[in-house]
Amino acid sequence: MSLTAREAAPPELHEAMRSEAALRSFLHGLGGVDAVGLEARVTGLATRSIKKDAKRTGIDLAIAMVDLTTLEGQDTPGKVRALCAKGIHPDPTDDDCPSVAAICVYPDLVATAVDALGDSGVGVAAVATAFPAGRSSLEVKIADTTLAVDAGAREVDMVIDRGAFLSGRYGQVFDEIVATKEACGDAKLKVILETGELATYDNVRRASWLALAAGGDVIKTSTGKVSPAATRPVTAVLLQAVRDFARLTGQVRGVKAAGGIRTSKDALRYLVLVQEVAGPAWLTPDLFRFGASSLLDDLLLQRTSQRTGRYHSADYLPMA
Amino acid sequence: MARTDLDVPQSVTDLVTPTWEYAPAPQAIDVVSIAATNDLFIGGDWVSTQDGSTTSTLNPATEDHLADYTVAGPADVDAAVAAARTAFASWSRLRPATRGAYLYRIARIMQERAREFAVLESLDNGKPIRESRDVDVPTAAAHFFYHAGWADKLDWAGLGPGPRPLGVAGQVIPWNFPLLMLSWKIAPALACGNTVVLKPAETTPLTALLFAQVCQQADLPPGVVNIVTGDGDTGAHLVSHDGVDKVAFTGSTAVGKAIARQVAGSDKKVTLELGGKAANIVFDDAAMDQAVEGIVNGIFFNQGHVCCAGSRLLVQENVHDEVVERLTERLGTLRLGDPLDKNTDIGAVNSSEQLGRITDLVAAGEAEGATKWELDCALPTNGFWFRPTVFTGVEQSHTIATDEIFGPVLSVLTFRTPDEAVAKANNTPYGLSAGVWTEKGSRILEMAGRLRAGVVWANTFNRFDPTSPFGGYKESGYGREGGRHGLAAYLKPATPIE
Repeated sequence: MSLTAREAAPPELHEAMRSEAALRSFLHGLGGVDAVGLEARVTGLATRSIKKDAKRTGIDLAIAMVDLTTLEGQDTPGKVRALCAKGIHPDPTDDDCPSVAAICVYPDLVATAVDALGDSGVGVAAVATAFPAGRSSLEVKIADTTLAVDAGAREVDMVIDRGAFLSGRYGQVFDEIVATKEACGDAKLKVILETGELATYDNVRRASWLALAAGGDVIKTSTGKVSPAATRPVTAVLLQAVRDFARLTGQVRGVKAAGGIRTSKDALRYLVLVQEVAGPAWLTPDLFRFGASSLLDDLLLQRTSQRTGRYHSADYLPMA
Repeated sequence: MARTDLDVPQSVTDLVTPTWEYAPAPQAIDVVSIAATNDLFIGGDWVSTQDGSTTSTLNPATEDHLADYTVAGPADVDAAVAAARTAFASWSRLRPATRGAYLYRIARIMQERAREFAVLESLDNGKPIRESRDVDVPTAAAHFFYHAGWADKLDWAGLGPGPRPLGVAGQVIPWNFPLLMLSWKIAPALACGNTVVLKPAETTPLTALLFAQVCQQADLPPGVVNIVTGDGDTGAHLVSHDGVDKVAFTGSTAVGKAIARQVAGSDKKVTLELGGKAANIVFDDAAMDQAVEGIVNGIFFNQGHVCCAGSRLLVQENVHDEVVERLTERLGTLRLGDPLDKNTDIGAVNSSEQLGRITDLVAAGEAEGATKWELDCALPTNGFWFRPTVFTGVEQSHTIATDEIFGPVLSVLTFRTPDEAVAKANNTPYGLSAGVWTEKGSRILEMAGRLRAGVVWANTFNRFDPTSPFGGYKESGYGREGGRHGLAAYLKPATPIE
């Protein structure tokens, strides 16, 4: 592990960064996750009944937390511009409807998004580091990141090297995150753990701490390209990690649940998790995000029905 | 409201974010109609009392009057036992699969009317609708489904071929899980070919009366199930009645001892499920987030009105501070209030009498020098309420470490070695349940073998399943309910000459 890497970690974690062996024993000493108990807790929280004002507030909060995403080979500048317009004014008929948090695209489309978003306040996020598999050299990953940041991306969504993580080369994963963070400059770094490939909650917890220790501003569940993507139990593990990291270091980091979240009902259940697992302090777009494409439309339909008492068809929503 | 950057603040205290308030989500109560007055259910009919009286039951969350019901007298108990005796002759000879079919029908009707049962249970008992809806009622139906399956398979119950029913069962149940305890009692009794006279608790008679309607709806032969509401005297008449062949009681150890004395010298079979002071043991290698959930569920489920509640937390001393910190932080998210609000976690204490008992024991804990923490929350003005409470610095000799509080009060003790954990856990007159939290499988097995408790939960707590036998050691009672073992309480081996 590089010296830079060690310095990057909060002081409370310097000891754990002393060597590859120290890092390993730190991560393996985190304490296990009991899968049955975790899933039971998450199922229990899903019974929270969110009605009336709580539902209206929750839906607006969820809209403001969306990283409106398009990550397709067939993406075009036109599609990205349409997405940006939608992100700024999700409901063109209602000025009170919040904008989304950010538009998330591949690096080559960042310039288009920056241009389309202008000074709207909506952020531009780019996936990088050989997204989604992360199978390339560090040089290529850094070049990818630089491409995005130079084009104006203010947030970078990187992927970790799952192969290195699963074979126990934690130092390598750590160093890559540190190097990417450095390449980000002022841009915020979201570290995608791709929990669907990590297989166990214990691994998810270790990867979360690894990413936080290495300087990730946000830990993110998934690329959306692997199934399963975000699940509520996995997100709960991430939320526990940022909560415990804040308790240990005083530094508050964020969480992003990405992929597979399509309905308002599901989004509100995530918000309940945020509030009751991490704490109400995390209920802000600065500290919690949804990586999603179709979720926004359902949020808007529900938002309208909450306000008008009528549930209209998706034909009334501008597509993007 | 849009943001450009992730403005990550430096510490939690920098953040001033209002809590996202959950709007009230009240469960509609118009699904139940509560009769103003209630007769006794004897011989398949609603009958007026011969020598009893009338009393009332109230909603412990509001102190509103819910309904009047009958306090059955000795003559009423006589009539109920006689009806059960008459019904026994044909019920016990019914084709076993047909008995099973009746139980299946009852189980399905309970599922169909689940909402009604859940609302009524929360109204009469004070428990949160989330629990009555998601635990009590589904588990009660599950007991009928499970035992329905046994009805024609009793040759494989472990008592040899052709086991015989005992006769008339007199059953007395507590107020903490009114419908669930009813099903624990009635389902196995009926499956084995017995008939029953059941007395629900004084403060919670309503779901038993609704269950009587279900028996009618299921066309259950008259007299197979009889419900006599009443007080302690009614229960005493029932268990001491000469026409009763089997007594099943769940409740306090004091009453259990009295029953044991009463039936001594008779040929009645008895099962008693009494009090507890369970140790919930957390080792330093436990999955801590889930252990904290288990502690919460262990003692704050059903306001702690659980005989097998994990009321003594034994935590390994090197993680004591961490566990207590995480626990109190977690308890801060508990929502105390209207039991019929779907987001309520902690409901009302069942009666002013029980509230008084809890209050006295907590005062004793403070007087003996333990450190008290309680949830900072408003209490409704009417009704019976107690804040979730945690005592740290508790010694084995403190009253709050020895006496069953039966309320939302946790006593935290520490241990250093597994041997000390076992010694402290077993150092109680009770022995109903225990919990072990560790990621080490071999330790779970070792602890389970050494703990003198009828149920030992590993990395979970307060889980109930009809297939699993439940019952106690020592002053927590004898006999088992549920599973194959539970059938033995309602059967006798076939004998050539009777």
